[in-house]
Parts: sequence; structure tokens; C-alpha cells
Amino acid sequence: MTFIARRILGLVPILVLTWTAVFIVFELIPGDPVNLMLAGVPASEEVIANERARLGLDRPPLERYFTFLARAATGDLGESFRTRQPVTKMILDQLGPTLQLAAAGLVVGLTVGLFLGVLAGLRPGSWLDTTCTFTALAGSSLPSFWTGMLLIYVFGSMLGWVPIVGSGFDALILPAIVTGLFIAGDFARLVRTSIIDASRQDYIRTARAKGLSPVKIVGKHALRNALIPPVTMLGIQLSNLIGGAVVTENVFARPGLGTLLVDAVLNKDLPLVQALVVYTTAAYLVINLIIDILYGLIDPRIRHSRRVPT
Amino acid sequence: MTGAVTISAPVAQGRRSARETFQLLLRKPIAAVAVAVLAILIAFALFAPWIAPFDPSRADVGPRLSPPGATHLLGTDLHGRDVFSRVVWGARYSLPVGVATLLLGLVAGGTLGVILGYIGGRLDAIGARVVDVLLGFPAIVMAIMVVSVTGVGLVNVVIAVAIADLPKFARVIRGATLVARENLYVESALAMGAHPVRVMALHVLPAIMPTVILLGTLNLGSAILSTATLSFLGLGTQPPAPEWGTMLNDGRDYIRYAPWMMIAPGLALFLAIISVNLIGDRLNEIMDPRTQGRA
Repeated sequence: MTFIARRILGLVPILVLTWTAVFIVFELIPGDPVNLMLAGVPASEEVIANERARLGLDRPPLERYFTFLARAATGDLGESFRTRQPVTKMILDQLGPTLQLAAAGLVVGLTVGLFLGVLAGLRPGSWLDTTCTFTALAGSSLPSFWTGMLLIYVFGSMLGWVPIVGSGFDALILPAIVTGLFIAGDFARLVRTSIIDASRQDYIRTARAKGLSPVKIVGKHALRNALIPPVTMLGIQLSNLIGGAVVTENVFARPGLGTLLVDAVLNKDLPLVQALVVYTTAAYLVINLIIDILYGLIDPRIRHSRRVPT
Repeated sequence: MTGAVTISAPVAQGRRSARETFQLLLRKPIAAVAVAVLAILIAFALFAPWIAPFDPSRADVGPRLSPPGATHLLGTDLHGRDVFSRVVWGARYSLPVGVATLLLGLVAGGTLGVILGYIGGRLDAIGARVVDVLLGFPAIVMAIMVVSVTGVGLVNVVIAVAIADLPKFARVIRGATLVARENLYVESALAMGAHPVRVMALHVLPAIMPTVILLGTLNLGSAILSTATLSFLGLGTQPPAPEWGTMLNDGRDYIRYAPWMMIAPGLALFLAIISVNLIGDRLNEIMDPRTQGRA
């Protein structure tokens, strides 16, 4: 338990540090937020002064800094310049679609990646390996927005098999494939290396000596052990997945955090961008913490070492 | 971590000359094809005015949205601009922008990595932890966030993607520096009273150079992709410019009526990225000491 408590406590300074950086960076953005908010609409001095007072912009920087930290911690980061809605609510509203897309993408990515990786790792150097490795590399070289458009053209426009827009399950298929391909290539390479490493182990030699069939050797012995390193890499893949979802949402004009972020940046909606930065970093840190703790539970060596091995 | 981790220098005995490396590179057919494709794209970028049959930004050089044909090899777009000419000129944007992004990220991240790895101690412990935290953050999201501060535009995208890639480079180069620092000649230089900056520049830097080069070739593809992605999202190069990402953004509303508007620039982008990645992979194979002699 002390291990977990220590890790959770360790999160606090990192969060404060990150949010401090966010505060400083947003302070440095040229231009008065009220002017940005008015977006060229003429307003009297009095209105501007009132608005500044309402947003707390007339307070000294240090006071604003502590107010910001307190509000970030309590989930109240003001309202959007554009919609006048609380930004926290806007973000929570868009969380669902993005998580749905990321989860579907993860399923596609793991399936494709596992398939290619195992095929390639079975006989390193064979034509099958070359083909699968090349496919994986091609997959990670594909610009996902282009793949998205090609799929829309072929399956949506030409064949008309799936709807291009909508919120149903069938409208999720193409976006899930695009998001999945974003991580499938990397995952396939990891699985391949891992399978090759595992098949050099003694217990595989033993299994072979016992005369087990190659399929059984891979399925029962190699795969199970080979999967440990790729699975521990899921934390990193998760960030790729979110990155992929951001682009995919844009291509398929789906609602979600990615669309929200890009729109907020294009519209210079500073409170929304700021809140998105604050909460994505927080979410990201918490997820990593959970992964760290899980490793600690699985592997006692990590729990007892002072520093997390990298 | 298991105790038996052997750390070998990136380049073992006997460095190969650039020429030998290039010959080894071409020995694998797929890598040779990649070199050829990349050479064509670079030729596009260098000789665009002579290769492109039309002015890339002049409207109505042909009928609007006309399909590929004899005069317009890859068709025309919504303004009647020649798509082939725009793809050729696009190489002038997308490739140098990718290279510039990569170099900026490598120099900034590398400097940080060398300083952390060389100084070590508490600064390094904190720095390495921060880099680790940043490393897992989605790079494209980070780049978008940086653009929200710097504003939309080509130069800003280069800076944004370089910042987003910085932790990746810092981490690897820090590792290489830790190894290089252990060399006896570094110790003797210090013993002779050399200034730390001098030691870093003259002794550590040459030792980590192979790692830096490899890191660069392995990441050029992703730099090209990230900058094009931001342009596609409307945050980078702005419309009339014939950049591949921007062209794809133009084409998204015409997928049904004029698919050639997005197929051609996307293919060019894909070919650039995959050939750079294939070359990077092959170089990795050649330079990896574990495969020395086999490559």
C-alpha cells in the first residue's frame, strides 16, 4: 500500500508543475483575452472593464495563478468564448464519442497487429516475414486522413456499404479501421520481435524436442510469454490511439474531443483550449499512474525499487 | 530489469564509409526501390518549374473538376488548377518542411539530451522524469496545443511539431550520452582540465553522432506526416499553397465527385513517408552492431 500511496502523492507535484506551465504559456499569448472574446465586435470601455473584472483579469498575476490552480483542481475553468457554456461540460459531453472510437480502434489495431506480428515472427527471414513486416511498415506510413478518405470513397461512395456519417454502430466501422491502423503497424513490430525472442528460449527448445507441433508450440508456449512486452507497451499505444482518434474524427466529421480541440484552436477559444490542455494532461498522468501501479502489482521487483526502471 | 544488460556502443569496430553504407543500403531490393522513389520526389522538389506543365496556383488552366486525361494527367481541382502540377510543387513544401522540423527537433532535443546525460545527478533525474512524462503524451495533440499558442501557419507548425518530438529525441540522445561519457578519452580530457562544453562538443558529440543520424532517418517519415497532418487540419500551410496536406483538405469535400483531388497528393505523401521509413529501417539494420556482418 505504501507503494501506491507514494505514487499517488508523487503525482501532485507533477500536476502542479504542468498546470503552472500551462498558466505561464497562456499568460504569454499576445493579445487581451477580452479582445479575443469580442472578436472585433465594438464595445464600450465600460463593457470591457466589466468583462475584465468578471474574468478576474484585473487581479495581480500571482493571485490569478492561485485562482487558476484552485479552479483547475475543482474542475471549473470558466466558459467558452464562443458558446458561453462551461468548458468542463463541453469536454465531458465529447468524451464519450472519443472513448468509443478509441476502444473500437484498439480492438481493430490489436487484432491486425497480432495477426501480422505472429505470422512474421514464426519464420524470421522468410517471404512471409518480409511481406508482413512490409505491410506493417506500410500501415504505419499511411497518413490516416488519407486512408480515411480512400475508405470513404471506396466503401461509402462507390459501394455504398456503410454510412459515412451518423452515430450508429455501422458508422463506426470505417473510423475504427482508420484509428486501428494507426497503431497496428507498431504493435505488429513489437509482437514480431517478441515472438522471435521467445522462440529462442529454452522451454521452446524443450517443447520442440518433445515433438510438439509448431502450431501448438506457438499457441501454447511462445505466444503467451511473447505477449507480455507488447501488452506492457499498451500505455504508449494508448497515446497513439488518442492521437489517431483526433485525426480520424476530423476526417469523418465525428463529434469528439479531437474535433472540439481543433475547432477551439481555429476559433481562438482560449478557455476551451486551456481546459482541454489541463484535463488531457491530468487524464494522461492518471492513466500512467494506474499503469505504473499495475506493473508494480504484477512485478514485485518494480515495487521495491526506488526508481521506476525505464 | 534483469541485471545482464549489456550496452554496446552504437557503432562497433571499424566505421563504414558513407559510400559503403550506401552500397549496403541498395543491396536490399525494397530499399533500392525506396531510394529511387525518394529520388523522384526530391527531383520534383528541385526541378518543379521544369517538370510541372502548369502554374500550380493559377486557376482555370483547364475545366474545373475534370478527371485525369491527356492534358491534365491527374485531373483538375475545384478552381481548375492542374493537380499534377500541384503535386509536383507540393514536394517543395512537404519535404523541406519535414526536414526542417526534424532538424529543429533533433538539435533542440539533442542539446537537452546531451546536457542531461552529461551533467547527470539530480538535474538529470528530474529532467529524465519530465521527458518520460512528456514522451507518452500524444505528439499530434501536443503539436495542436502548441499551435493554439503560436497561431496558425507553416513556420509555427514546424516549431510545434519539433517541440512535440523533442522528448523523443532528448531521451534517446541522453541514453547515448550516458554511454559516451564513460569513455576513457572523455575522462582524460576532463583530467586535463578541458571545459565541459568543450568536452561535450569535441568528445561526446562525435561519439553519439551515429545514434543521432539513425534517430534522424527513423523519424523523418513521422516528421513529414505530422506536419502534413496539421496542414490537413487547417492549422499549417494555408490554402492556395500546393502543400500535400492542404491539398488533401481541399479534396475532402469532393471525394465523391473528384476523388483524384485527394488520391494524388495522398499517394505522394504516402510514398514519401514509406520510402523514408524503408531507408531508415535499412540503415538501422546496417548500423546495428548486433547484425554487423549479416546485413
